[in-house]
Amino acid sequence: MTTPAEGGQLRRLGEWDRPSIRISIDGADCDALEGDVLLSALLLAGRRVRDSEFGDGPRAGFCWMGACQDCWVWLSDGRRVRACTTPVEPKMAVLTRAGETVVG
Amino acid sequence: MIAAWHVDVAIIGGGTAGCSAALALRKRGLTVALFERRTVGSQASGVNYGGVRQQGRHPAELPLSRRSREIWPRLPDIIGDDCEFAATGHLKLARTEAQMADLEAFAAFAAEHGLEIRMMGANALADAYPGMVSGVVGGSLCPSDGQANPRLVAPAFARAAARAGAEIHEHEAVTGVARDAAGFRLETDRGGRFTAGSLINVAGAWADRVAKWFGERAPIQAMAPNMMVSEPVPYRLPVNIGVCGAGLYVRQIPRGNLIFGGGKGWADRHRMVARPMADVSYSASARLAETLPWAADATVIRSWSGIEGYFEDEIPVIGPSTTTPGLVHAFGFSGHGFQLGPAIGEIVTELVVDGRTSTPIDAFSISRFQHAGHRAA
Amino acid sequence: MVERVVIVGAGPAGVRAAQTLAAAGLRPTLLDEAPATGGQIYRRQPAPFRRPYKTLYGFDAAKARQVHTAFDGLDGAVDHRARTLVWSLEGQRLCLMHEGGTENLSFDRLILATGAMDRVIPLPGWTLPGVYTLGGAQVALKHQACAIGERTCFVGSSPLLPYVAYQYARAGAGVAGIIDTTPRADKLRALPDLLAAAGTGAKGLYYMGWLASRGLRYRHAGIPIRIEGESHVTGVVVRMAGGRERHIACDAVAIGYGLKCEHQLADLAGCDFRFDSSNRQWVVAQDGVGRTSVAGIYVAGDGAVIRGADAAELAGERAALTVLEDIGRPVDRARVQKIDRRIAGIDRFRRGLETAFAYPHHLARDMADHVILCRCEAVTAGEVRHAVTQLGAHDINRAKAFCRVGMGRCQGRVCGPAAAEVIAGALQRPIEAAGRLRGQAPIKPVPISALADAAADLTVAA
Repeated sequence: MTTPAEGGQLRRLGEWDRPSIRISIDGADCDALEGDVLLSALLLAGRRVRDSEFGDGPRAGFCWMGACQDCWVWLSDGRRVRACTTPVEPKMAVLTRAGETVVG
Repeated sequence: MIAAWHVDVAIIGGGTAGCSAALALRKRGLTVALFERRTVGSQASGVNYGGVRQQGRHPAELPLSRRSREIWPRLPDIIGDDCEFAATGHLKLARTEAQMADLEAFAAFAAEHGLEIRMMGANALADAYPGMVSGVVGGSLCPSDGQANPRLVAPAFARAAARAGAEIHEHEAVTGVARDAAGFRLETDRGGRFTAGSLINVAGAWADRVAKWFGERAPIQAMAPNMMVSEPVPYRLPVNIGVCGAGLYVRQIPRGNLIFGGGKGWADRHRMVARPMADVSYSASARLAETLPWAADATVIRSWSGIEGYFEDEIPVIGPSTTTPGLVHAFGFSGHGFQLGPAIGEIVTELVVDGRTSTPIDAFSISRFQHAGHRAA
Repeated sequence: MVERVVIVGAGPAGVRAAQTLAAAGLRPTLLDEAPATGGQIYRRQPAPFRRPYKTLYGFDAAKARQVHTAFDGLDGAVDHRARTLVWSLEGQRLCLMHEGGTENLSFDRLILATGAMDRVIPLPGWTLPGVYTLGGAQVALKHQACAIGERTCFVGSSPLLPYVAYQYARAGAGVAGIIDTTPRADKLRALPDLLAAAGTGAKGLYYMGWLASRGLRYRHAGIPIRIEGESHVTGVVVRMAGGRERHIACDAVAIGYGLKCEHQLADLAGCDFRFDSSNRQWVVAQDGVGRTSVAGIYVAGDGAVIRGADAAELAGERAALTVLEDIGRPVDRARVQKIDRRIAGIDRFRRGLETAFAYPHHLARDMADHVILCRCEAVTAGEVRHAVTQLGAHDINRAKAFCRVGMGRCQGRVCGPAAAEVIAGALQRPIEAAGRLRGQAPIKPVPISALADAAADLTVAA
């Protein structure tokens, strides 16, 4: 069972009784629950999802429905995924910053 | 009946050629009215890739291209806007030894015109652009080439021309022109009547209609570039790239977006519509993924097209009319006019004002289409 | 020949359209990005979640269950392709992305039931972590059993405002404040129209009453001035009805000003649009029963007109009946008339909602120059005004070309309405003069690698 990490943006209000899934965020292990989307996992663990490319600060998604495109992150193999519409999967390695992908 | 408004020169077409002509003519003290049926720079001048390239030019175009290159870095002084021009260099990549030989031949020709082009083998490419390009045997770099933002150029010339006193008529199409002793009489779809001593036909993919009014044939076709842009990714590609065979051209702007294209989209010049085609986008994307594997994960966020005038011999028409004194043509840049645009205004201005230009343009005469059996229909 | 009918969007409109076509013996294809049908309003929770319908959908539990059951009962009668993005449309074919690959799909007739998203008005601080749309706040709760923060301030002017605040409070989430920009007098003025739809109108009053009974005050005529925080939300400053500024401490803000249509595919199809002055947005022109200006392209649901889920179900069925009429199949005239009557009734209710939750467009028009207007490209309102007044941009597409507003990943979905207000203001012209942002393929981001894979398929096919 997971409790909201200190400093996480989201608060879980129920549905605790789900299998745990181990993922990593920027190299740090993180336990999500089956059925979580990546955006939830990221925002239960912290308050930031990515940085604006144009220097105006951190971003953490906005619309939760695949429209605003403000929550795209990287997987460690370089793939781009939209966090609000991507369910967590075991061993998913999420990167929130560009240029840290494992090349080749 | 309302009296016609008189100007020294009327310009049909608001691309970079027309807008730069409007400015250049004002600088020579002539009165100018430019007519653009949509908005300035909304077709070929505004929707192209944004390559500012001398490398790979048709031999006849190189002097013209050299002249235009002199203007690009001076845009801030001339029009008050740098249009995001950057001399990043242009790297042409060869996928075969035969292509490499072609690049070498062009480099030798360019050297005769004082244009430096550096040949680079696979090792030199790997040293200069580590991990950057794949599937190529070598390339040639023209350091003085570069790139700019096509959306900005024609409008910036138009604003500068307007500040200098030119009349820029957007959303006003010229519907007919007659020539009499007094000069050219123009009518527009907004009821405008103008007379002009000279007429400049820079109407792009629609310029054949103007030529035809004066009995000249110009077998122009519509061509639509198939353009895409990626989301911003970390800036890594310092040079404008073209791949031999025209399957791919790609550049990255400092904001991070990769701008790329290849192949042709769909265009209907009569309805004035053009759009990219998915199948063409697939091919260009495949070529990009092969050539720049590090970029393959980036997402495409937009695609676009527009209408460019194209001749089968892939060089434009530039020069005086063969039938009508006072009429000057410059159109049909066949997909590579963006870099030339700033010089076209100066050249047509010289043709109008001085009757000659110092830049060789004989190869571009509309007379090449006026042979027997080629008469205007 | 069997007509290939494709439906895009598996919300209430798309599901009812599919059901109607399946009942007539066609086997429509139903495409949606989500893993399951239901759309945003009746979005289903992921498999391991156990909350009952009543918890998820409240008063609308029965309707949600009916829509879900209707679809689940269709079994093999519909070719449902989940997790499938339609990213372009070219003539009679769609370009799809599924599981990281792309493919093309031909159709004879197409029903676009592409839904809606929140309309927002940017304000200082709105890009900070912790700021979400009202719809987004609702998805977090409904789909993930999460609140968007420890204490959330709900702001805007939208039927979702009292509803989502109520859902949050009911689920045990902290509610820091509820600020409705519309004056109370407008709510009262709208009452007769709202109560015309007895059950629906009463729900809003119930939510407000329920909140009040828990000591959660629903404040009218409050104007959000800025959202505060360095790396995430720490509060929101609101100018209250009396003019006094008030700081509300919170770590999350949910904001929205009604909904806007998602109609990018209709745009790519070349459909005509018209400006709907009642809620200041462009909508796909249609004949009222789903036909657009392009033969074979139909629209239904909130992607066509913002009328809510009940109307969407009806409009989905109605568009499907129109398709059946157009291909010469018999349709039940009595049913058609009943649908048309019920939609007309909902229209009156919608007029009431537009009054009760007025769109405060002046907040967009008067936005300070330093505010980031386009969050994708980080373009400020001042840069947009500069493009208009100094560079001569005469409409929103020209402003986009000059300063990149609306040019980013979302293609202006988020900033478009507010950008149009800023541009119209700078032009000193009515909002419709600012024009409509053109849709461009891909309507949502598609990886280069996915497009490249399709090229390989083409080669194999050739």
